[in-house]
Order: sequence, then C-alpha cells, then structure tokens
Amino acid sequence: MTSGAAMPMVRFEKVTKRYGNLTVIDGLDLSIGRGEKVAMIGPSGSGKTTVLRMLMTLERIDGGVIWVDGEMLTHVERNGIAVPADTAHLRRVRGKIGMVFQHFNLFPHMTALKNCMEAPVTVLGMTKREAEERAGELLAMVGLADKRNHFPSQLSGGQQQRVAIARALAMRPKIMLFDEVTSALDPELVGEVLNVIRKLGAEHDLTMLMVTHQMGFAREFADRISFFHRGKIEEDGKPDDIFGNPKNERTRQFLHAVLDAG
Amino acid sequence: MLWDWEYALEILPILGKAAIITVEATFLGFVIAASLGLIFAILRMLGPAIATPVTILVELVRSTPLLIQIFFLYFVLPKFGVTLDAFTAGVLALGLHYATYCSEVYRAGLENIPRGQWEASTALNLGLFTTFKDIILPQAIPPVVPALGNYLVALFKETAIAVLELMQTAKILGSETFRYVEPITLVGVIFLIMSLVSAAGIRWVERVLNRRIMR
Amino acid sequence: MGLRSIIVLLLATIGLIAFLSTLEPFRIFMPGLLGGAWMTVRIAALGSLLAVLFGVGSALSRLYGPAPLRWLSRTYVEIFRGTSALVQLFWLFFVLPDFGISLEPFTVAVLALGLNVGAYGAEVVRAAIQTVPRGQWEAATAVNMSQGQALRRIILPQATLTMIPPWGNLFIELLKSTALVSLITISDLSFKAQEMNQTTMKTIDIFTLVLLIYLTISLTITIAMRLLENAASRGLARGRAQ
Repeated sequence: MTSGAAMPMVRFEKVTKRYGNLTVIDGLDLSIGRGEKVAMIGPSGSGKTTVLRMLMTLERIDGGVIWVDGEMLTHVERNGIAVPADTAHLRRVRGKIGMVFQHFNLFPHMTALKNCMEAPVTVLGMTKREAEERAGELLAMVGLADKRNHFPSQLSGGQQQRVAIARALAMRPKIMLFDEVTSALDPELVGEVLNVIRKLGAEHDLTMLMVTHQMGFAREFADRISFFHRGKIEEDGKPDDIFGNPKNERTRQFLHAVLDAG
Repeated sequence: MLWDWEYALEILPILGKAAIITVEATFLGFVIAASLGLIFAILRMLGPAIATPVTILVELVRSTPLLIQIFFLYFVLPKFGVTLDAFTAGVLALGLHYATYCSEVYRAGLENIPRGQWEASTALNLGLFTTFKDIILPQAIPPVVPALGNYLVALFKETAIAVLELMQTAKILGSETFRYVEPITLVGVIFLIMSLVSAAGIRWVERVLNRRIMR
Repeated sequence: MGLRSIIVLLLATIGLIAFLSTLEPFRIFMPGLLGGAWMTVRIAALGSLLAVLFGVGSALSRLYGPAPLRWLSRTYVEIFRGTSALVQLFWLFFVLPDFGISLEPFTVAVLALGLNVGAYGAEVVRAAIQTVPRGQWEAATAVNMSQGQALRRIILPQATLTMIPPWGNLFIELLKSTALVSLITISDLSFKAQEMNQTTMKTIDIFTLVLLIYLTISLTITIAMRLLENAASRGLARGRAQ
C-alpha cells in the first residue's frame, strides 16, 4: 500500500479510543505512506473523524501507539518502555501535522492575512515581515489575494475554508488532515474548495488524509480509500476497486445508499 | 488569643435574634420587590405615556445607592407627614430598589411570550386583565423564577445594610468587649449559611415549577 | 436604551445639577457634595481596577491553575459572593487591626470593594472564556500553539468582548456600594449628605442633588463601557457576511 517509501508517514498501531462505555475505535491498524492521499469514508459515528482528531492530538488515545514520520507521537521511550508523551513532546511532533475543520474555525478577531501569520510568528518565531510575505503567497495560491485584509465575517463559507487551508499550510506541515471540509458549505461553494485541495495534491508532496462524503472527488483524487464501520476499517484499497467492485457487503450497502441518494 | 469560643457561643443567641429580624426584613422586602416589579413591568408595556415616567423612575432607583434611598425615605417622608421607623424605611427602600431589578427580569420573561398568545387572547375576546392573569403570566413567570431567586439571595445581603440590625448588634457587642473578631465573623458565617440555604431553596422551587410545565 | 438616549440623559442630568446649583437652597451644598463625590469616584475607580485584577486572576486560576490555586479561587468566590459587602467592609475595618494589620480607612474601602466585586467578576470572566467556541481551541492546537499562546492570542481577545457589558453592570454595583464606606467614616458623597442633613435638615434638597450626582457618575460609566464595547467589536468585525 505504501508508495515506495520505506517507512510510513503515519502509523496507527492497535489504537483504541473509548468514550465511557462506548468503544469508538477498536484496535485500529492503519498505515499511510509518504505523499499518499487517503480518503476515509463511511457512515456517521464510524470513527473516521476520531482518527483525524487523535492524530491532531485533539483527543487522547486509550490504547495503542500512533507513529508520525518515524517516531512515536503519543508516547515517548523512557528506559526502554513507552510512556505517554508529555506536552512538550506532543507539540514537537504534531508540528508536522496541519488540520482543516468542517466549521473553518478561523480566528474572528483577525483578518485573513493575520490568521495565516499568527502561528508562524507566535509559535515558529518568524519575523512579522517573513510571516506576512508567506501568508500573502499562500492566500494568493488559494485565490484570495484580494481578500487578505478582510475579516472572516466578511467572507463566504468557501472563502473562509480556503483561508483555513492557507492558515494550515503556513506552518509547513508534512501531513494535512481534512475533516469533512465541504460538509458545511452551500453546494455552489464546494467546488472552489475542492479545486484548492486538488491543486495542493498536484503541486506539493503532502501526505493527505481526509474524511469526506464527496464520493466523486474521493474517487478521482485519492490514492486509496478506507471504508470505516463501527471503529474498524472494513475495506481498504484503490478507488476503482472500492467503488467499482466492493468486496465487503457493508461497503456495498453504504455505497448504494450514498451514491443512489445523490 | 485570636478566637474565643466561649465568647462566640455567648453572643450567638443575641446575633441569632438579630438574624431573625434580618430574615423577616428580607422576605418582606422580597415580596414587595416581586410584586412591585411585576407592576412596573406591566406598566411599561402600556404605551409611552405611562412607560416613560416609569422607566425614568426605574433607572434612577437602579443607578443610585440603596443607602441613599433608605435615608431619603427615612428623612424625607416625615416632611410629607409620613413618619417611618428605621425598619420600615429599610424594608420599603429595599423592596423598591429590588423591584427595579425584578421589573427587568419580568420584562424579559414577558418579551419571550410569542405574539401568537396575545393574538389568540384577542381573538377569544378575553379582557386585558384575564389575558394577563390566565394566559400570559402563567407562561411568563416560571422561566424567570431562577433570576428572581438570584435577587432573593442578593436581597439577604443587602438587608444587612437596610436593616443594619445584625451589623449594629455585632458592632455594639464588639465595642462593649473590644473583641470584634467573633461577632463580625459569626455574622459573616450566618450570612454565608443564609445564602447557601436560600440558593438551595430556589433550586428546589425551580424543580417544582419545571415539573409542572412541559419542557 | 440606545447610546444616544443615554448621552442625552447624562447631559440632561448634568444640566439639571448645574441649574439647581444656581438656586439659593441648593447652592451652599454643592462644594461639600462635590468634594464627597470626588472621594466616591476615587474609591470607585481604584476599587474597580482591583476588582478586575482579582476577577481575571481568580478566573484564570480556577480554569488553568494547579489544584491548590483552583481551590483558593473557588473559596474566594464563594466567600465574597456569599457574604455582604458591608460585612466584608466591617470585617476588614474592625477585625484586621486585631491581627496587627493597620490600614487607612481609604485602603480598607478600596480593598473590600475590590475583593467583593472581584468575586462576581471572576464568574463573569470564567463564563466569557467558556463561551468561546471549542473550535477556536482546536484551531489553535492545529497550528501547534501552546495552551498559553492560545489563551493569550486567541481565546482572551474573544472573551473580552463578551465580558464588557457584565463588567459594566458590576462597576455600577461597585459605585453604589461605595455609599457603605460612609459607615466607616470616610467622607464620600453619602457621608457628606448625611453630615449636611444632620446640620441643616434640608433633606429633600440635599438628597435630590446627591441622587442626581450618583446618576451622573453611573451614566458616565455606562457610556464609557458602551464605547469600549464598540471599539472592541470593531476589532472583531462582528456581523454576518454573505
């Protein structure tokens, strides 16, 4: 599955996540190679978003280990055993990961430009001038150069989401996570966001992991599709295989329901 | 010695009596505040001619200290032939002062009633009084009980000022014996207890009222 | 009430005071009352400053501090909200000397009021911070900010706007509470009013002026807070797009 790289970029090793008595993710094994583009599909509550959130350290894991770029994210090694990582370690490793959210989550008290400048200056210690230059480039790349001094409340949903992508890229991540990034958009705005993602995929060597309901986009864009059901991966393979000839019964049912409805 | 338990126990009954007077004043004050507040709120709904002077009165009372209002009633009313003792002046001022807060609370509750309720009442030809009594108020009041309750708790504390009973007693006790720590601390503790008890009481009232309404 | 109406009311009140001060019965009281008003304003201003410090400090301790600090904060809030300002004032004034701490009445007043209103303020700050949407924290995490950086740069600026109206109400409560300091012999507006009333018994004249002066200060606070709120929300550029 990995495309030539010796070591996976992201590896989930027997990862488990529980909310009280409910086991949302159950001993998950998942490997994503460098530069690979994976789309996670499946019904609501199947755990796909939780996978992204655990990777972004927005949720603690209850079992297993997550590896990022060859080292452990969730744990550190002390005296030969793996102990849960402290905040400093988490921050160091998760700096390689960027995330775009369903509801954009732009900082409302900052312009588009400042949104993209904030973290490079505060976290990476870039000078304001460098950060501004880079932010400007990124906003131009997502097609919003003329909106740099606008506030989020003055932008449409599609524009806000594109700013959110630029903001995430400003931190030079190696891995980009997309959590249903078009689900909150009016239909006519979906395309502009998907175009930006396509562009990203073509021009950069990013490892991309996305949760999406846009089946057509997933089929055309992703290198690999993972179908989730009840916290486990039911089926995993190339887009044409999954969409054209699903082997698993649940996969087939899901695709029927989703594709026929559209 | 920093704290004399014997002395504390000795003065407790004296403070207890003063506390009871304070509690009486608080309840009286709250009854006045809750009723007067409702009247203010309804008056403010009856057109600008009546609403404006009421609003100005409410703003004036809300923005100036209770202490001054008590002095005002105590010293000014005699000039108009009405002489009040300190307790009555205190309770009246307290009631008036908190009526202005309560009127805001009622106003919010009344504004939350959908227009449709008023319109249906008109369509059924219910008079204004009946509309308020049977339709509007039963819906407007239960949701605002928590807010009113908060003011009851606040009232307890302001009664200290209004009636000065507890505080004066504490001061007198202190000045007699030159030991202030015990009286004043005990008064503080008494207030704390009254505060917690009334807060619990309000939560109970909330629960009872909410059981009767369908959520 | 709209900002414009409040400004009109303020100007009308000041106008009324000015007019009354030209009239015989009122004129003699003005200098003394203004002196008292100045004391009131000073105590209110310093007390408010202290209240903000205590309020913000307490809220941040309660939300992000280590366990002992969290406990301290909760206890502080419970005690100072659960007992009346008068009790606190008297306690600090009468009891503190027993512990060897002798403070000027002025200091006691500012301290007591600051602690009292600060406790209410702590809850306001806490509520405002908790109202900032979770998504903001998550976005800050996604660009790898530390908790402190997120708090400083993202959360607190947004919480501040929400806090301004409730703080405005608290400052007005503080203003009204300053009247209590007259009971520990500080020459504020209330003290002056009572003093003059004792000697002249011209109660209506004196207390009318006094009420108008308090109203003036109160309206000024309200206007200042509205202006602050407008300035802060321009920075946030609130308002729906599309």
